[in-house]
Amino acid sequence: MAFTATKDATGVYLIRVEGQLIVGNRQELKTAVQEALEHAERRFVIDFSRTGYIDSSGLGALVSISKKVREQGGELRLSGLNEDLRSLFELTKLDTLFAISDTAERALGGFPA
Amino acid sequence: MTAPGPASLRLCLRRRRVPSASGATVQVSLRVPSDVGCIEEVVDLLMRHCCSDSWLCRRSRFNLRVAVAEALANAIVAGNREDRSKWVEVQAELRGDQIRVEITDQGTGFDPNLVVEPIEPEELDRPNGRGLFLIRHLVDDVRFNPQGNSICMILLRH
Repeated sequence: MAFTATKDATGVYLIRVEGQLIVGNRQELKTAVQEALEHAERRFVIDFSRTGYIDSSGLGALVSISKKVREQGGELRLSGLNEDLRSLFELTKLDTLFAISDTAERALGGFPA
Repeated sequence: MTAPGPASLRLCLRRRRVPSASGATVQVSLRVPSDVGCIEEVVDLLMRHCCSDSWLCRRSRFNLRVAVAEALANAIVAGNREDRSKWVEVQAELRGDQIRVEITDQGTGFDPNLVVEPIEPEELDRPNGRGLFLIRHLVDDVRFNPQGNSICMILLRH
């Protein structure tokens, strides 16, 4: 997995995940968000439009990240899930836990001004 | 016993075409080190040797990939506790309209009936415990040996 992190004009922290988010690399994403939280970032979008696969550990990592962001008074949105990945969220009912948008742009626009 | 060094990270693969009288067409055996970094490679190998693009539809291929990856992660992390002196054995067999994958670790085993359903509202924010749930919902049949250290997954060609 590789990821790129950028901040948009409204100050939302956007992380794009490339490749796979799995048991072998989930910690990298958790660390990236944790470090951003320590730098006072509070609004996050994690985009999966270039992600082929998320395993159950990756799903669990997103649950942990979401919890940490909420505890800090922040908000996390997900975007860009393909049909296969979305089916995993629906199967595990995690689609009820996350705000999910079709595209990163829509997710970024979903935050209150 | 000395922990295996980097050289032992090489996967051991045996593939054979078996006589048609047995009903099976392809059998693949893999001996996998207890390293989560190997999971992707093992899944790729199995998919390449056991089911071509034309044999399974795209969604079934995705389901099989997920199920095998989850079972391997369970075997390596929960079963062998990532002990590099232990191995995971993978047996895959293509037979008629089904593929059967058996994954066995060297751990003490567990009782699959005691695994909590992760989709209950009070369980949704758990950071783990979704692997077996996914497996059960993505393949057609799941069985365990009595010890609970070997899972057999069967996916039918729909």
